[in-house]
Amino acid sequence: MEFALDQDQKMMQESVNRTLDRVCPLDRVRKAADANEPAADVWSALVELGMPGLLIPEQFGGVGLKLLDAALVSEAIGRHVAPVPFIASYVMAPLALLRAGSPAQQSNWLPKLASGEITAGVAISEHVGGARDGAGVAAHNGKLTGKAMFVLDFDDAELFVVADRENNLHLVDANSSGIVESPLTTIDLTRTIGELSFENVDAEPLAQSDALIAMRDAGWIMLAADTLGAGWQMIEKAVEYSKDRKQFDRVIGSFQAVKHLCAEMAAELEPGRSLVWYAAHAFDAIPGDASLSAAHAKSYLGEIGRFVARTSTEVHGGIGITDLLGLHFWFKRIGLNRQLLGGPERVRHLAAVMQGFAAA
Amino acid sequence: MDLAYSKEYEHFRATTRAFLEKHRAQFPKLYGGGRPSPEMMAWQKLLIENGYAARTIPSEYGGYGAEPDILKSRIISEEFTRAKAPMGLAGQGISMLVPTLLEVGSEEQKRKYIAPTLRGEIIWCQGYSEPGAGSDLASLQTRGMEDGHDFIINGQKIWTSTAQSADMIFCLVRTESERAKHQGISYILFSMKTTGIEVRPLKTMTGNAEFNEVFFTNVRVPQDNVVGGRGQGWFVANATLKHERGMLGDPNAANTRLQAIIDLMKEETIDGQRLMDNSVLRDRLMQLQSRVLAMQFHGLRLLTAAATGDDVGLARLIVKLEGCELNHQLAAFAIDALGELGVLYHDSPHLRANGFWQRAYMFDLGLIIGGGTAQIQKNIIAERGLGMPREPKLAKD
Repeated sequence: MEFALDQDQKMMQESVNRTLDRVCPLDRVRKAADANEPAADVWSALVELGMPGLLIPEQFGGVGLKLLDAALVSEAIGRHVAPVPFIASYVMAPLALLRAGSPAQQSNWLPKLASGEITAGVAISEHVGGARDGAGVAAHNGKLTGKAMFVLDFDDAELFVVADRENNLHLVDANSSGIVESPLTTIDLTRTIGELSFENVDAEPLAQSDALIAMRDAGWIMLAADTLGAGWQMIEKAVEYSKDRKQFDRVIGSFQAVKHLCAEMAAELEPGRSLVWYAAHAFDAIPGDASLSAAHAKSYLGEIGRFVARTSTEVHGGIGITDLLGLHFWFKRIGLNRQLLGGPERVRHLAAVMQGFAAA
Repeated sequence: MDLAYSKEYEHFRATTRAFLEKHRAQFPKLYGGGRPSPEMMAWQKLLIENGYAARTIPSEYGGYGAEPDILKSRIISEEFTRAKAPMGLAGQGISMLVPTLLEVGSEEQKRKYIAPTLRGEIIWCQGYSEPGAGSDLASLQTRGMEDGHDFIINGQKIWTSTAQSADMIFCLVRTESERAKHQGISYILFSMKTTGIEVRPLKTMTGNAEFNEVFFTNVRVPQDNVVGGRGQGWFVANATLKHERGMLGDPNAANTRLQAIIDLMKEETIDGQRLMDNSVLRDRLMQLQSRVLAMQFHGLRLLTAAATGDDVGLARLIVKLEGCELNHQLAAFAIDALGELGVLYHDSPHLRANGFWQRAYMFDLGLIIGGGTAQIQKNIIAERGLGMPREPKLAKD
């Protein structure tokens, strides 16, 4: 029995963090956010570390690691508010292909994903978060019609994985005719989210399988891990600031009112790390626990993330709410993570359904 | 990450399970604290002989003498819970005094006290807090004046649980009044039957007297009864407080409560509707389940770290704060879920679970305060965990 990261995982985590420390300082985040575009150079650095192929087996050019490894990367990306595609392109889409793709679909797309040559958008929000404003996609004779909102890793995606109203999955080449792509502008400009309209668009069906559930669970865990990283960075920034800022001839970090806010953030967020680790581990190793623990990781980190984001900002005082400090990039990232793929209330309802406590 | 147990541990689990199966008829009634019944003492003896109690205490002092193995300890606790078997004796003597004696006691003290304490023959109480020394425990004023080979002790302790049935007390006494506050304290063992000790029950808001006040008037105690040397009491006591804080935030207690609440919500109805079918209550239940799971996995992480010696940063420091708060929130939620029935207490008709939830809600507030208040815990997390500066000391007038 060992509930801990192994040596390889610790090393990988350290190397991703070190790389992002170097290539993704606040200025770089700001520049990408100003344009609401991914940072190509930051992405290249992660490609060099092999991050796109993390979950993809060696036969398709990846390294074939587990979801816990991906969660550690997601945490590091969140910690640096890195403006890069990851969750949809390199976690959810590969999982869909691996679980439900035909050999031809796998060998067509997985090597391009593993090398980081392309990104993939994922359009399953209507299935997980619920359909709004008339969203929903109908499949008929291999053609898709309708619209999908809150498509993840939207910008420049060459492939979309789309769930239709019947919860079947489809692959759509982004260059197919009949697709209209419209960006959705969220609070968080370090990531790209969008809306797809389909009018008789060619689509290849994926096999009937548990792929949609696996994508949802993995998406929840990745968003939770991103918040874990972003949240800890906000705590560290608050602590650092409180040791520097002086008022009444004292550093404000020596006031118990300020110390207790920092202690509360740490005490609430740190158990979330174990929840994320467990959910990610269960995804691969304990299937019976996977969905429920993923739901709890998502909703817990959603709740605690909001508390940390607002409290860290508060500890910074007036400067915390300015653009000058850039703290808002983390604040907004955590805010987006909370709502994507269902806010805490919706995810908790699904958790109750999973246990037979509520009707679907 | 590997949550499976190896063959050695699976074998140990099977042995433990078989032991409990075989001795099911000897399970004593649950032990409520105070003086153990003869059945409980016989059970304790059987557990020690088989390595299910006092497991890592050396056999020369009456324990089983196994190497510390945190996974085996966990398996024991899991299997006992599963079989609904009473664990061995707990209480402050076994959980706090014995580890302290093993760390800093003299050979004579170890031989004299550990074995009978483990057997349940000596019941101990803890004399730390005083009316004027709570969070600032080191400012305690109970004094021991030197008189030949003895100390003459005068003063008052408070929050002394089991004092009414205890044989002995381990007590913090200021013996070196000329020394600085932390250096003037001694950790002294003495009999509660000594002349000059008066115990007064302290009734709390639950309606029960879970604590006592203890008054010392010219209590004569031999100086030989000091543990760890004169003036060393503060450091000796800190070794024990560590043990207490680990005990107070037990995540398994939270899980047991959560399961009880789930059962309650499935069974109880209001206007014919199951509580579980109320979406507001169900959402609160799910929020608490998130927290219970998080703390359970956090416990597994700490368990692994304790076995491997890994550094977990501030992870260990948050357990008392978060664990006690969570237990309290669970009790609060159960009361809310029961609605008007939730206020029934004492021996009222329609009372649920023997009044457990109200009693727990009130008693647990004491646990949030005791053993280092939530505010002191936050200072510790901030200062030791996050490296934030201490509050500057006020200049003395």
